[in-house]
Amino acid sequence: MSNDNVNEAPPEVESDEQDSFTRRGFVRVAAVAVGVAYTAAIGYPIYKYLHAPIDQAIADARNNTISLKDADKLPAGSTLMFMFKSAPSMLIHFDDGTWVALSAVCTHLGCTLSYQSPSPLIICPCHGGQYDPHTGKNVGGPPPRPLTKFDVQVEPGKVIVTQP
Amino acid sequence: MSNFRSYIDERLGLDVIAAYIAKKYVPMHRYSFWYYWGGITLLCFTVQVITGILLMVYYRSGHDAYDSVRNITYNIPFGHFIRSVHAWSATLFLSSALIHMFSAFFMKAYRRPREFGWWTGIILLLFGLGFGFSGYLLPMDNLGFFATKVGMAMVENVPFVGNGLANMLRGGLQVGDNAAARFFTLHVSVMPIFFIVVLGLHLYLVQKHGMSIPPSEEAKDAGDRKKVKFIPDFAIRDLVMWLMTLNVIAVLAWRFPWELGVQASALAAAPAGIHPEWYFMSSFQLLKVVGAFVPGSAGEAVGMIIFSLGLILWILVPLFDVKTERGRRGRIATYCGLAVLFILVSMTIWGYSAIQKGAHTMKVSGQGPAPLLSGTNSH
Repeated sequence: MSNDNVNEAPPEVESDEQDSFTRRGFVRVAAVAVGVAYTAAIGYPIYKYLHAPIDQAIADARNNTISLKDADKLPAGSTLMFMFKSAPSMLIHFDDGTWVALSAVCTHLGCTLSYQSPSPLIICPCHGGQYDPHTGKNVGGPPPRPLTKFDVQVEPGKVIVTQP
Repeated sequence: MSNFRSYIDERLGLDVIAAYIAKKYVPMHRYSFWYYWGGITLLCFTVQVITGILLMVYYRSGHDAYDSVRNITYNIPFGHFIRSVHAWSATLFLSSALIHMFSAFFMKAYRRPREFGWWTGIILLLFGLGFGFSGYLLPMDNLGFFATKVGMAMVENVPFVGNGLANMLRGGLQVGDNAAARFFTLHVSVMPIFFIVVLGLHLYLVQKHGMSIPPSEEAKDAGDRKKVKFIPDFAIRDLVMWLMTLNVIAVLAWRFPWELGVQASALAAAPAGIHPEWYFMSSFQLLKVVGAFVPGSAGEAVGMIIFSLGLILWILVPLFDVKTERGRRGRIATYCGLAVLFILVSMTIWGYSAIQKGAHTMKVSGQGPAPLLSGTNSH
């Protein structure tokens, strides 16, 4: 029995501490919880409100195919700019008759690229990045990655560009 | 009249302020000229607020942004002038803020107990750069559009939060009408609220601690130091400086009207020789130089780390420049300040000359814009 008493004594002290914790601490925890709940209740609608066009842009960017009407008539040696996946892209019809579609967003800091056939390079005017127009490979300047290359399907009356 | 005075004073306590002003003195010594620059910065800010409010009357953010700025520039009487004054006073605001900061730095005005004056000042300068960056996009012309694209791409590079933050600022994955609307909101409501609060604290601290005097002046006996009354002696000189600044702004706006570039287009390539405003030129060039040594995204990261470390050291200078020997206080800090000044100035000059050379080669190689077309989505 005495052993039991010894064993019982410490939990009583602890329960005293727990008592004071439950009174003072409960109010504190509750106040923090209410604060967090209010912050979330006010913050979430504001976040969603501000995020709406971003959700839309992300949804648009998921579309992996675009059909460019009449782009098959693009003369050899010229370039066509178009929006694809919420970003500027370029369709190049080379003099040798081959077609290439690339992202036109520089992988360095996002400037829009242009290409003038038959130049051997795509050049970024912002910081002097260079890409190979046939492959999109970054060949000079600061760009860290190659341009995204899309699949091109030329059909009568349209060109279909697909993200592989 | 005296009844009215006592009525007002009992309720507003103006006598306290009057008594304070009567006792306010400004030290006079060989470096006193540099005391004017905080006031000049404040004047430029006031001009910004007034012209900004006037521009807001006709400016439309979002889709109509470019057309509304065209309207202000070409149709509304004095519209081009008010817009030019807004842009030029922004330039003078940042110039005088930089002069004010460097003079405070070299006069060691950041020392105890004025550390918070230094820190609030740096916050105000960073806000000033934020105003410049956000304001640059608002007309939605080519230059502002691409400068913002690059700026946002740099935000994207920030680890973990960069992408979400950039999307939130742009209101999309690319800079467009949503970005113009959001930048406008930040530029005219969010940032001014915080700016005014910090500015209030900054000005309160100047009143609380008085003007700082440089170590060379501190070395003199208190009796040998000269000073003038703030009202009227210094205030009149301040006023003269303000009138001169106003004249400079007016002449600049009149002789060099702020241009409006071609309308930004999501499909057009960045124009040759694209560059940021002068106050971002040194960092732009520094990034280019670092990029030449460290290729790829690592170069970007190294550049950003150099900026961040430099800025943190600059902010913390009151904490490590604690040498107390009179007259020789913190030589190292002075040399560091000179080095920073030299780097900023030389990078800015280098940046501009590189762009002029670059624009020349671009013209020679004959890169032109490609034809544009919006595709039809196939769904």
